Amino acid sequence: MNFDFSDDQKMLKEQVRKFLADKCPMSVTRRVLEGDEPYAKDVWKGLVEMGLTGTAIPEEFGGLGLGPLELCVVAEELGRVVAPVPFSSSIYLAAEAIRLFGTQKQKETWLPKLAAGEIIGTVAISEGLHAAHPGNIETAFAGGKVSGVKQPVTDGSIADVVIVAVNTGGPNSQKEGEQAISLAIVDAKAGGVSTEEVRTIDPSRDNVTMTFKDAPAEILGDKQGEGWSQLSRILDGAAVLFAFEQVGGSEAALEMAREYALERYAFGRQIGSYQAIKHKLADMYVKKELAKSNSYYGAMMLNDEGSELTEAASASRIAGSDAYVFAAQENVQTHGGIGYTWESDCQFHYRRAKFLALTIGAPIQWKEKLVSRLEAKNAA
Amino acid sequence: MDFNDTPEEAAYRKKVREWLDKNATKKSDAKGMELPRDLDELIAQSKAWQAKKADAGYACITWPKEWGGGGGTTIDNVIYSQEEAKYLVPGGIFAIGLGMCIPTVMAWGSEEAKKRFVGPAVRGDEIWCQLFSEPAGGSDVAGLRTKAEKDGDEWVINGQKVWTSGAHFCDYGILLTRTDPNVPKHKGLTMFWIDMKDPAVEVRPIKQMSGGSEFNEVFFTNLRVKDSQRLGNPGDGWKVALTTLMNERLAVGGSQGNADTDDLIELARDTNIAGEPAIRHGGVRERIADWYVQAQGLKFTRFRTLTALSKGETPGPESSISKIVAARKMQDLGSFGMDLQDMGGVIRDRKLSPADGAYTEQWIGAAGYRIAGGTDEILRNIVAERVLGLPGEIRVDKDLPFNQAPKGK
Repeated sequence: MNFDFSDDQKMLKEQVRKFLADKCPMSVTRRVLEGDEPYAKDVWKGLVEMGLTGTAIPEEFGGLGLGPLELCVVAEELGRVVAPVPFSSSIYLAAEAIRLFGTQKQKETWLPKLAAGEIIGTVAISEGLHAAHPGNIETAFAGGKVSGVKQPVTDGSIADVVIVAVNTGGPNSQKEGEQAISLAIVDAKAGGVSTEEVRTIDPSRDNVTMTFKDAPAEILGDKQGEGWSQLSRILDGAAVLFAFEQVGGSEAALEMAREYALERYAFGRQIGSYQAIKHKLADMYVKKELAKSNSYYGAMMLNDEGSELTEAASASRIAGSDAYVFAAQENVQTHGGIGYTWESDCQFHYRRAKFLALTIGAPIQWKEKLVSRLEAKNAA
Repeated sequence: MDFNDTPEEAAYRKKVREWLDKNATKKSDAKGMELPRDLDELIAQSKAWQAKKADAGYACITWPKEWGGGGGTTIDNVIYSQEEAKYLVPGGIFAIGLGMCIPTVMAWGSEEAKKRFVGPAVRGDEIWCQLFSEPAGGSDVAGLRTKAEKDGDEWVINGQKVWTSGAHFCDYGILLTRTDPNVPKHKGLTMFWIDMKDPAVEVRPIKQMSGGSEFNEVFFTNLRVKDSQRLGNPGDGWKVALTTLMNERLAVGGSQGNADTDDLIELARDTNIAGEPAIRHGGVRERIADWYVQAQGLKFTRFRTLTALSKGETPGPESSISKIVAARKMQDLGSFGMDLQDMGGVIRDRKLSPADGAYTEQWIGAAGYRIAGGTDEILRNIVAERVLGLPGEIRVDKDLPFNQAPKGK
C-alpha cells in the first residue's frame, strides 16, 4: 500500500508553502480584493520563476514534465493561502485542455508560453445564470470565427488565450446535442474579443462578461463535435485540482477557527472549551479528512488516467466543496461578530470557498454526474 | 501512488492465502453454508479455529513468539485480516480479550499471571471480557462505584457492571473497582483480574432495543479475590485502564453486513416516488451521491493509515474520524432505505425485506453503534482535544473526594 505522495512531492509542497507564506499572506489577498489589480502580479511572477506554471507541461513544450500529482500539491498550497492568482484558469484548465486535446501545432504555439507564464489562459463555458449544457450553448463557431457572449469568465480580463465552448452545429446542420459542441481556441489579443468586469462574491479573482464578435479561432484538436466529452475530461481533472485547493482552504479556515477559539474568552473561559465549539471544529476536521482522502484517490486516478477518474473526481469535488464551504462559514461563526467585519480575514475563505464550489460546476451537478455513472455501472 | 503491496507484503499475503485455502472455505465457494447459530457450537468452532491459527502463527500476529504470537508487523496483521475476511470462519469472540484485556495483563500483571494467562488466551482456550462500564458511568467510566475492600490478603468486591460483551461465555475478566472513596475519583481505582465462573459473579443478559442480547449486566456479591490478582498498584487503576482503553478503538469492529450505495441504487430502481422509479428522483440521487462520497472517504482514509503502517510510520490522527462518520451513515442510510419501501418499511422480516433486511437491521442497530465504544459526542471531544488541541472539559468533580462529588441517583 503506497497511498501517499512521494518524498519529492512533499518537498515540493514544503517549498511552495514557504514561498506563499512569505509572499502571499492574507494582506495580499486583501490588497487584490480591495484594489484595482486583477491579480497579484508579484506572487504570480514568483510562482512562474519557481517553474510551477510548467509543472505538468511536458518538457518538449517548455514545462517541467512532472505530472498531476505535483500539480495537486501545488494546488493545496495555493488553496491554503486563498491565492489571488489565475493559476487554476491558466494551468488546471487552459493548459490542461491544450495538453490533453490540442494538435502538435497548438501545443507548440501555446504550451511553452503558458509554462513560462508569458501568457495567461482561461476557459469560457457558462452563458449566464444556469449550468452549461449542450442544449444551451449558443456561442457559435463558423468559418473560423466565434461569436457570442460568455458569462462569467474567470480571469477573463487578463487572459491571452481562451478555450471557448462553442456550438458548431449551425442552423442548417443535422448535428445537435453533444455532437454540436466543440472547443475553440481564441487568441484574445487578435481582435473580436471584448470584456466587461462583473461584480462577484470573490473580487480577489477577476471575472468578466466576455463578448466575441467574429473573433478568429480554431477548433481545439482537429475534429469538431467532440467538445462536450473533451470538456468533461478537462473538468474531471480540474475537479481534482480544485479539490486540493479546497482541502488546503479547509485546513487554513479550521486553523483560524482553532486559534481564535483558544484566544477568545467568554463567560470566563476559552470559547474553545465549550462543546458547541469543540464539536463544530471536530466536524470541520471530519469533513476536511473525508475530502482529503477522496482527493488522494482523485489524484491517483488522474495520474493513472484510471477507469474510475470520473467517479473519483466527482467524489473529490463533492467532498472538497462540502468541507471548504462548511469550514469557511463555521469559521465566521466561531469568530462571532468580529468575523463578519471587513477587517477580519474570515471573509476571504467565506468568499473563496463558495467561489470554488461554483466555478467548474456546482456540487449538485457533480452529484448527478456521479450517480449517472454509478447507475450505469450498477446496471452493467 | 498505488495500492500495491511491497515485495515483502506480497510474499506474506501469498503465504497467508495458501494457508487459508488449505484450512478454510472461501465465502464465494460457501453457498448455503453458514456459521452455527447455536452459541455453544459457535464457541466450539471459534476455539478450534483460533487454535489452528495459533499453531500457524496467525493468532496475535504482532505479539512476540515467546508469548504464542506470530512475531510479525502491524501490516502483516492487516494483510491477514484482509485475507481472512474472504473466508467463512468464526471470529469476534476473542477480540475484546486479545485486543484489550490480555494487553493489560501483559503490561501490568505479575510474571506468574502472564505465564498463566497469555498462552491459553492466544490459543482461544480461555475467553476474556472487560468489566468497566456501570449504570452510573458509561462515558464517565472513572465515576464507577463497584467497591473493593481489603480483607487480609484478599479483597471483597460488591457492585454492578453493565454493557459487558460476552460475559455469559467468558472465563476471565478484568475488573475496575473503587478501593478508596476518600480521594478524587481517578485516584481511588484499582484493577483486578477475576474468575467469571466464581459463584459470587452473576451474569444477566441485557435485552437490547433490537431484541438481541449481546451484552450483560454483571453483579458481584462478596466476590473474594486474592491480592495477587491485582493489576498495578492500589489507586493506579485509572492508569491501568488507559492501557486497556487505548486498545479499544482497535478492538471495536467495523459494521459488516450493512447495505451500501450499490444496494441503495437497486432498491431505488425497484421502488417508486409518485409512480416514477425512485432512482429518477433528485432527492434520492443526491443522497446516494453523499453516501458514496462518505463511504469512499472512509475507505481511502483507511488506506492512508495503512500506507503509514506499511512504511513503518505512525499513522496520523485521521483514523479518528471513522466511527463518527460510519455510525451515523449506517443509521441514515438504513432509515432512508426504509423510507423508499414506504409503508413496507415497517416490516422487519429478513425473508420479505430487501437486501436480506439490512436496512431495518442497520437502522435499529446503529442506534447502539453510535454509543458503543465511545458515543458520537465523546468521539468529537476526542478529536477536538487530542487532534485539534482544544481545552479539556471542565470537570467539577476532579479535585473532590469521590464520596463528596455530586452524583445522580
